[in-house]
Amino acid sequence: MKIILNIWRQQNATSAGRMVRYEVPNANEHMSFLEMLDVLNEELTRKGEDPVTFEHDCREGICGCCGFMIDGVPHGPQRGTTVCQLHMRHFHDGDELWLEPFRAKAFPVIKDLMVDRSAFDRIIASGGFISVNTGSAPDGNALPVIKKCSDMAMDAAACIGCGACVASCPNASASLFVSAKISHLGQLPQGQAERDRRASRMVLKMTDEGFGYCTNTGECEAVCPKGIKIENIARMHRDYIKASATFREETSGGGAG
Amino acid sequence: MALNLDSKIPSGPIEQKWQKAKFEMKLVNPANKRKYNVIVVGSGLAGGAAAASLGELGYNVKCFCFQDSPRRAHSIAAQGGINAAKNYQNDGDSVYRLFYDTVKGGDFRAREANVYRLAEVSVDIIDQCVAQGVPFAREYGGVLANRSFGGAQVSRTFYARGQTGQQLLLGCYQALERQVDAGRVKMLYRYEMLELVVIDGRARGIITRNMVTGEIESHVADAVVLGTGGYGNVFYLSTNAKGSNATAIWRAYKKGAGFANPCYTQIHPTCIPQSGDYQSKLTLMSESLRNDGRIWVPTKKADTRDPNTIPETERDYYLERRYPAFGNLCPRDIASRAAKVACDEGYGVGPGGRGVYLDFSESINRLGRNVIEERYGNLFEIYERITGDDPYKMPMRIYPAVHYTMGGLWVDYQLQSTIPGLFVLGEANFSDHGANRLGASALMQGLADGYFVIPYTMGNYLAGVKPGGVDATHQEFKAAKEAVDARTKKFLSIKGKKTVDDFHRELGKVMWEYCGMARNAAGLDHAIARIPELRAEFWENVNVPGSGAELNQSLERAGRVADFLELGELLCRDARIREESCGGHFREEYQTEDGEAKRDDVNFCHAAVWEYLGDNKVPARNTEPLEFEHVHLAQRNYK
Repeated sequence: MKIILNIWRQQNATSAGRMVRYEVPNANEHMSFLEMLDVLNEELTRKGEDPVTFEHDCREGICGCCGFMIDGVPHGPQRGTTVCQLHMRHFHDGDELWLEPFRAKAFPVIKDLMVDRSAFDRIIASGGFISVNTGSAPDGNALPVIKKCSDMAMDAAACIGCGACVASCPNASASLFVSAKISHLGQLPQGQAERDRRASRMVLKMTDEGFGYCTNTGECEAVCPKGIKIENIARMHRDYIKASATFREETSGGGAG
Repeated sequence: MALNLDSKIPSGPIEQKWQKAKFEMKLVNPANKRKYNVIVVGSGLAGGAAAASLGELGYNVKCFCFQDSPRRAHSIAAQGGINAAKNYQNDGDSVYRLFYDTVKGGDFRAREANVYRLAEVSVDIIDQCVAQGVPFAREYGGVLANRSFGGAQVSRTFYARGQTGQQLLLGCYQALERQVDAGRVKMLYRYEMLELVVIDGRARGIITRNMVTGEIESHVADAVVLGTGGYGNVFYLSTNAKGSNATAIWRAYKKGAGFANPCYTQIHPTCIPQSGDYQSKLTLMSESLRNDGRIWVPTKKADTRDPNTIPETERDYYLERRYPAFGNLCPRDIASRAAKVACDEGYGVGPGGRGVYLDFSESINRLGRNVIEERYGNLFEIYERITGDDPYKMPMRIYPAVHYTMGGLWVDYQLQSTIPGLFVLGEANFSDHGANRLGASALMQGLADGYFVIPYTMGNYLAGVKPGGVDATHQEFKAAKEAVDARTKKFLSIKGKKTVDDFHRELGKVMWEYCGMARNAAGLDHAIARIPELRAEFWENVNVPGSGAELNQSLERAGRVADFLELGELLCRDARIREESCGGHFREEYQTEDGEAKRDDVNFCHAAVWEYLGDNKVPARNTEPLEFEHVHLAQRNYK
């Protein structure tokens, strides 16, 4: 099958980008989308042209590296699927597609379809964890966890941090990503001690990093390759409001002895 | 000069060795820890756990990863689970049994003392991960659930649906980011280590390339930790991530670190078969599926009927037939070879007859679709996305694929390589799995090394050296940086006719054909002659577009493939000389009458440790004898 691609080419973060048209005459339905791009890149390399840069690693839909827009939709047309797991059997001979990087102020373009998502790491560093040093844990079964809570925590923890939610949101909000972590840890008994602190810090950090806020558009849930639900955002809002009333960052007090 | 292979195994009964070693280790007092700089390369379960734990202790840690975030490391793709000797199921498990199973599963080619320690700390890993908020599967009473895995007759595998690696890595990543926020760890992402710097016989730092700007930088430290994973991508097609590479361990090898048992590679029995030449990687279907899935082939050769129409009497459940005691849950090397034998004899299914069925219909009928969905839902989805077939209705078609490498840099009991100050953790080292790794043991080993071993052994090492003393202006740093610059320029200047992937694919074909699931002397001799030719052609005819002063994915791949072209030869040499079959290393000349691996304990009960002697020189083979005081040498029996 023949596929026509219009791909965003941008040399680096500071240069201007533009759409460039390519043809892939020898795609086939068993290829993944990224394998189709591999074929294009091999061809470009042979011709002495610069291959298209795109992020990818595991190609199993779990590492969260890959992701770009296909015809304006993050990860393309198949629901619940990262672009590395999207196969060409979902396209037709002669289709013309537009590929662009995820666009958000907090995700500056590095090159072509690759963006900088390090803001996500900084949000996690601001509070997306349970403070427990190695070696200080009680027995794993010392604290029973209600199966339902554990399952719901797992639903939220399945987030792969790809950034599709941000790219699809008209406000470029990271609320789905942030709320998934708040929801994962906040639904477990282990996560209660830092629940207010976590919600407060992570939400503020999200704004600091230049992401917008949630206005319940719901695009994020529609494009999330891992089916993360916006009910997590509702949980995040509840935790954040509660934390706003009760949580204060500690000021340095006097030391003991 | 022969390598010093003192394993430093503590004396005393095996149950007390680790306690004794911990007590005897030197300590660095809390106020002095911050004076020491430690470099950790890799941010997966081994590297990430090490960086977080060393940061918690107060050392200055710099952690490097080539991905855009430490959360991307390939540990994330592990599906099935993590073993631990908790005996929560009351089914007869114990530290000793996990130790025993792992030594036996490894076909008696691992070091007993290391394996015992691994089993011992396995219980702490589960506790640590639960405390971090890892959402392990639970029973209705709220306690942790377990499943079974290959090579064991107890249920000791903890899991988080089919995403156990992801959840363990996220726990580790969160602990790491907490240390980043605390200022104890500096995380350098999109950095690739291209050289190790050794000064006065000690590892003192690394040379890296900033993958966005192309800048080559020197990083100085008092010790270096490699947690950079395995080298399965030497086969081009494997279940590894596209970026997984051996450059860090290969550079260390060329600076004097011994490379142990490179020929021990694991071929995983249940992967989605290759569909075409454009194939970029292979996808694993978790071993946990063998809990409820039954493997079979038709009893008729080249049977192209719809599998659902083939009656029971015309199906050969060959694992259940050949290995009744372990059935579908026999170890990976055995299950893979059995699939190869079935396909070689003409019973394979699907394109080219390279596939066998993994069938869930009986389990779905017995347990209901919802139970199967809860256990394996995401795996079934992956399968359907890739193949377009629905495994709830149609048996999966699977075939073995390269998955894991048991070989790696040689380390002693302290996880220190033959270069003082260079520690190697997780899949990158060779120590715990012998010639075959059991399922759900890789996650266990990565976290054991990172959370519970290196925090002690690093202190022991640093307590014996003064902090600092060299900086990046040292001659060795300058020389290493110049070597990296020269190599980069060379890649870009060749401007040949073939792409990097052309060479990688070609290497992969040679490796798979002659050094894959079954190996023999003639084939290995051919590969040992062919790979240097391919390497020579690479350095004359590769085309790397672009420049070094920018983000250049072709250049990144060129460096990795150049190293694979050297490592592949070493792998074949090791396989050639090891004239026995053991675990994942199957030499056709050495098998029992019924086709099982036949070890030669008289001549090969040792780790083979290769020593680099210069480019285009045959490396020296050193040996570390292996002694089995507890698990008696015997032919493995899963029947």
